[in-house]
Amino acid sequence: MTVQAIDKKSEAETAFAGAFEAMKGKGASSLRQASWEFFTRKGLPTRRVEAWHYTDLRASLRTVAPLGAPGAITLPPTTLGRVRLVVADGAFRPELSDVAALPAGVELSSLADVLAKEDGAVLTALGLPENAGADAVVALNAALMQDGVVLRIAPATDVAKTIEILLLSTGGEALSSFTRSLVIVGDGAKAKIVETSLALAPSGAQENHVLAFAIGAGAEVEHIADIGPQSESAIRLFSLLITAQAKAAFKSLGFVEGGGLVRRQIFARLAGEEASVSLDGISLLGGKDHADTTLVVEHAAPHCKSRERFRNVLDGQSTGVFQGKVVVRPGAQKTDGSMQSRALLLSENATMNNKPELEIFADDVVCGHGATCGRLDADQLFYLVARGLPKHEAEALLIEGFAGEIVEALGEEAARDAYFERIRSWLGKRGGAK
Amino acid sequence: MIEIKNLHVSIGERKILDGLNLTVKDGEVAAIMGPNGTGKSTLSYVISGRDGYDVTEGEVLLDGENILGLEPHERAAKGVFLAFQYPVEIPGVATMTFLKAAVNAQRRSRGEEELQTPDFMKLIREASTKLGINMDMLKRALNVGFSGGEKKRMDILQMSLLQPKFGILDETDSGLDIDALRIVSEGVNALRSPNRSFLVITHYQRLLDYIKPDTVHVMAKGKIQKTGGPELALELEKSGYRDYVGEAA
Repeated sequence: MTVQAIDKKSEAETAFAGAFEAMKGKGASSLRQASWEFFTRKGLPTRRVEAWHYTDLRASLRTVAPLGAPGAITLPPTTLGRVRLVVADGAFRPELSDVAALPAGVELSSLADVLAKEDGAVLTALGLPENAGADAVVALNAALMQDGVVLRIAPATDVAKTIEILLLSTGGEALSSFTRSLVIVGDGAKAKIVETSLALAPSGAQENHVLAFAIGAGAEVEHIADIGPQSESAIRLFSLLITAQAKAAFKSLGFVEGGGLVRRQIFARLAGEEASVSLDGISLLGGKDHADTTLVVEHAAPHCKSRERFRNVLDGQSTGVFQGKVVVRPGAQKTDGSMQSRALLLSENATMNNKPELEIFADDVVCGHGATCGRLDADQLFYLVARGLPKHEAEALLIEGFAGEIVEALGEEAARDAYFERIRSWLGKRGGAK
Repeated sequence: MIEIKNLHVSIGERKILDGLNLTVKDGEVAAIMGPNGTGKSTLSYVISGRDGYDVTEGEVLLDGENILGLEPHERAAKGVFLAFQYPVEIPGVATMTFLKAAVNAQRRSRGEEELQTPDFMKLIREASTKLGINMDMLKRALNVGFSGGEKKRMDILQMSLLQPKFGILDETDSGLDIDALRIVSEGVNALRSPNRSFLVITHYQRLLDYIKPDTVHVMAKGKIQKTGGPELALELEKSGYRDYVGEAA
């Protein structure tokens, strides 16, 4: 039987064709063309695409917002001593960025420049880990990528300062943006990279961001994806691509604070022996927020380790999705994998979809997964109120503890404090349980 | 002073407390002994305000005020303290954070000023030292991975910080070895004072060797069946509860 690809284009799919025409001639022409052809064959993902089963993008993205043009911006102050690189409404803004403060051993280019030069090495690195190659949203990003940053970190460099890629939405008018950033971490180097999605004013922004890490042997990367609040009508798609060579270590925290439709997809490939990834995540959702985290960790070499710990806190009519797949390739013996997703439902009308999966093609591995979904524990709650905490305070403390266990794993104390503060502030806005 | 008058309590259709009367005067340590399933834990939960119990009749007066209409945290602020039979583990909540939140919530509720960190630390250091609790333990998540004895000591630490008017010890001896029992009992004894009263709930006479009661009440079938002095506990140790439950216990 032959299954026909979707031959009837949605209004949005047709509109993307216009954007593709506009991006033609902005470099990387063969990558763009191939990606565009791939996207047009696949179309926007629907529930029928397994990896998108709980997030029907085709149904959510009906019309396409226009691409933005750089304008004047008043930036909030930097925090936590981070070196900030600003990508606003799809364009890298060196004049707003701390370019001069970049530490030695870190080389910065804008993606637009790199693409215009058709730099073969970078284009190869921009090519996707195997698993992400089948994703239409990553392909759409490659077809339409406007700008972003390319960071090359020299081997054996210990970059003490945290580098923040600020993905800014100026807001007001709803705009589309397609950014792609690449961090090439040399062998034995150490780096801390934060990607922050910040809306200066809420809008129905449609964002498609890709951040790719090519991590050399023995290098260590700490990463935070900080996805701040946005309007209920916003659609934000974040794809994180990781390739880790032998003995490389990648450690990540995703902090999602609601805001319309958020999809995080992570494609991690452990390509060399003894590489490790640790992927943590917290989603704090309320109202009609929909946050989806879908990840694939591929063990392609022996003796690698992967850890995933995700926590969703769901209030109001929000929906959380966690889909995690750990794939162990033939020959990836002595794989050590563990995946856990836990959800706390604070409202009758909130929904959580948990789907952990293992695909194991090697026989000497230790892999496990667990998923839970529940309400606040009555015994714990009573213990706290019996000690004098009013009910809403007791609930807040328990929720903070639930999410805070993940924050505790952050290496930097100031960052830990900042994220605890964010959790408290979210809880403060939420008030008592319904 | 706590006065429980004609207390009737059900869970769903099942009657648990059946007209219970009990008075514990200021400064008094009262023990309640009784067989399993007689409603001792229900009594402690109803006094402290846990959901899920229907009080169909009666009142619980703390210094003359009926507290049954109050929320559990309001009762705590008025001085009711329940030391749990099995203190719960609360992952992700640092013990120190919880202790400070509890102390200050009660102070706020009573219209007192909150304690600032240095004053709180001083208070907690003194109280912990007395109970042989290492300050490092207070940085850990509340009760998580603590031994049975450590959990009970943590409850007693809370009691000494919160300085209640009326402390209920629900089967405090369960899960304790003899050394832990001694430490916990010493902690309780140090808190005995003329304006604080205790209700010690236990199966066994053993605990009462360490925490010497002024009065002993035998509870069975949802009410107090007999009241006496410490000698009553010794008598029960010999004869069991069969005289009170109407069959061999």
